[in-house]
Amino acid sequence: MEFERREAPYIAPQTSVASIMREVLLALSPAAVAHVWFFGPGFVFNLLVATIFCVIGEAAMARARGRKPEDLLSDYSAVVTAALIAFAMPSLTPWWVTATAALFAIVVAKHLYGGLGFNLFNPAMVGYVVVLVAFPTAMNVWVAPRIGDIDYQHLGIVQSLVYLLTGAFPDGITVDAISRATPLDSMKTGLNDLRTVAEIRSGPLMGDFGGRGWEWIGNFLGLGGIWLLLRKIIRWHIPAGVMAGIFAPATLMFLAGADTHPSPLFHWFSGASILCAFFIATDPVTAAASPKGRFIYGFGIGFMTWAIRTWGAYADGVAFAVLLLNMAVPLIDRYTRPRIVGHEREDTASE
Amino acid sequence: MSAPTFDLGDLHGGLRLPGNKLQSTSGPIRQMPVPAQLVLPIAQHAGDPANPVVGIGERVRKGQLLADCSGTLGAPVHASSSGRVAAIEPWPVSRRHGDSAPCIFIETDGEDRAIDAREHAQAFDQMTPDALRTEILRGGIVGLGGAVFPTAQKLTQATTSELEYLVLNGVECEPYISCDDMLMREHAKAVLIGAQILMRATGIGQCIVAVESDKPDAIQQLGESLAALDDSRIVIKQVPTIYPSGGEDQLVQLVVNREVPSGGLPTDAGCLVQNVGTAAAVHNWVVENEPLISRICTITGDGVSEPMNVVARIGTMVADIVDFAGGYTDRAEQLIIGGPMTGRSVSTDRVPLVKATNCILALSAPPSTAPELPCIRCGECAAVCPIQLQPQAIFWHACADNEEQLRVHGLTDCIECGCCDLVCPSHIPLTADFRKAKARIRELADEKARAERARIRFEARGARLEEQNRERERELARQKQTARQAGAAEIAEILKRKREKDGD
Repeated sequence: MEFERREAPYIAPQTSVASIMREVLLALSPAAVAHVWFFGPGFVFNLLVATIFCVIGEAAMARARGRKPEDLLSDYSAVVTAALIAFAMPSLTPWWVTATAALFAIVVAKHLYGGLGFNLFNPAMVGYVVVLVAFPTAMNVWVAPRIGDIDYQHLGIVQSLVYLLTGAFPDGITVDAISRATPLDSMKTGLNDLRTVAEIRSGPLMGDFGGRGWEWIGNFLGLGGIWLLLRKIIRWHIPAGVMAGIFAPATLMFLAGADTHPSPLFHWFSGASILCAFFIATDPVTAAASPKGRFIYGFGIGFMTWAIRTWGAYADGVAFAVLLLNMAVPLIDRYTRPRIVGHEREDTASE
Repeated sequence: MSAPTFDLGDLHGGLRLPGNKLQSTSGPIRQMPVPAQLVLPIAQHAGDPANPVVGIGERVRKGQLLADCSGTLGAPVHASSSGRVAAIEPWPVSRRHGDSAPCIFIETDGEDRAIDAREHAQAFDQMTPDALRTEILRGGIVGLGGAVFPTAQKLTQATTSELEYLVLNGVECEPYISCDDMLMREHAKAVLIGAQILMRATGIGQCIVAVESDKPDAIQQLGESLAALDDSRIVIKQVPTIYPSGGEDQLVQLVVNREVPSGGLPTDAGCLVQNVGTAAAVHNWVVENEPLISRICTITGDGVSEPMNVVARIGTMVADIVDFAGGYTDRAEQLIIGGPMTGRSVSTDRVPLVKATNCILALSAPPSTAPELPCIRCGECAAVCPIQLQPQAIFWHACADNEEQLRVHGLTDCIECGCCDLVCPSHIPLTADFRKAKARIRELADEKARAERARIRFEARGARLEEQNRERERELARQKQTARQAGAAEIAEILKRKREKDGD
């Protein structure tokens, strides 16, 4: 009998990029539901807009690069980028802002750098930073969480849709009426106004560790992250690095002066810390490669996030921290290459 | 009796693979009948092909020498049954994936008459190590774990360094293969006596028999035989069932907790590693007077009707063994000689079983042949690499053909175990790519060597020409000098004559 020759090994791999991306989307879904619950239907629209424009961008670039769009789209990586952008946006965002972020992420940050696997910078964070800088006013309309005793005002589905499409509020409602400072914002402005951390934290929007509502989204993101860890979609090094990178300086400064420096737990449960630890910094393409390198990479992101929050102009520093550490990846990889079995340390380090 | 598990070293990475061994271990080892024709390749071992010493038409007996070793590295080939040498010509062989190589054809006569026992047969413990090694060479024994390195030469190499342990490799970590397991279950004593012979031949004082934890029966049989032999130099160690714990270097790391240096051999870590099958073959030759003319082979996979282990004569057609195991099922789509991780895919089943053939694996096609995607640097390949390489980085540099970086990242240390392929979400055939990159590096090294030789030749020629030029100049100078001297002498002569004349 005649057979076809193949190359060893002859057992097929059990994973695929598409299945990894689908698991990531699944892990994000509880937090997405929580987001809609606490901050209204805007998240769903943002997700739709981001997905549509990420897919359009991916398909257009596939065509431009002579590839079949369905081949590139079927790995779901564009959808994951869209989901991360949606999580980064305020729940009330005009569509062109989200679309700009999505297109910039896919077209510039991903495909102009060579597409999946070749991009140096996290596409979602590039897209987010671009609109954060380009549309600062639009990126500042955060609403209060839907919790009984908080004075919150949300737009209905139709009103949200109108705002999404036109960027205009319904008659009788002003930005000031519905927008509220985020916990990180109030912390930053409060400290600038020389109030103590305790005073700031006594406001109605503040919860056990971070902001009310926000904490819960953080919890669900953490759950999703733990699930990804259990499923071995991600490894612990980056999340642990990010959390430690935030915790270490925050604890030191907190111990040095609890009036002027919020607790490490406030940092953990505020802003995008948890989202970053499990879902953003863990993008393998733009992260360091070795376990040690990944911890260092994560720690750097955590530290820079804390530093930007503490001393920078922006309330949160996650996106900038991720992009800064993306730049450091080749260097980290260069110095954290594991010792090859059977080699002396110097062999592998010399070049 | 359970084997002690102690001071085991750690192995980086590796994979827990579905064993798929039960299919072929449910029954005893079956004896394959002698086929009507035997096809014996003259190159069944690492090193130089053996040199045929029989003529076409000659009658041979079982165990008779057919081809003797030539060169410094090699092993002889013996007739695996009695009959007539029908031809010596090329035939498809598994080591060339189904392409042809020179083979000796024997038409068997069905009598299976063996050669006479050696006259000077002596108990092995009366023989000197040198004599034992010579004897092992004559038996055509090669490493049966897959590398088929001639055993005698390996033993001789081993005597040049100080060794502590003989490690018998009964790990058999690749899925599906169970021939060593069955050998240890049914012939544990032969394995242990083989170990004693190997220890005597090398002067090594301690032996570790390493068996994977998924082979409790083999461990029990070995334990009972060891108790009967009462040899305190031999211990049985159980190693975790994790692929590739049976690789020579990985096994050394596991059982004595020492790393084999890059580019080195287990002997550099004080160990001589031999497969349990090799030990049994040494026993069969030295004690039972039968050279390596048959072996146990697993025939299995979802493409075979009745998976089993058979003892078959070297030279038996793989197709005949498949028939013996009930033939193919209709799922059979690929035929592999060896295991599913490192075996050789062959184009035809008309290849003979050789000394290296530990497994015949007929499998259905892999469920999906999804297109290869770009590497997303997930790092799973690095997590499972037993050498702790960074396959994703090697892949990157292999694509860029960056020889320097490939060296730095240890491409040549890759053992091609295939673990990285199995965990790659982008379905990149990393192992195949690394094989190609290694071949490319060898090619570049050859090119460099050729260029170097050419340069040396060119410079030598330049030097030669220069030397010739100088020689010519010296010759000219000499001639001039002679001429000048001659001229001077002539002038002196004239002057002298003139003076004489004047003086007159």
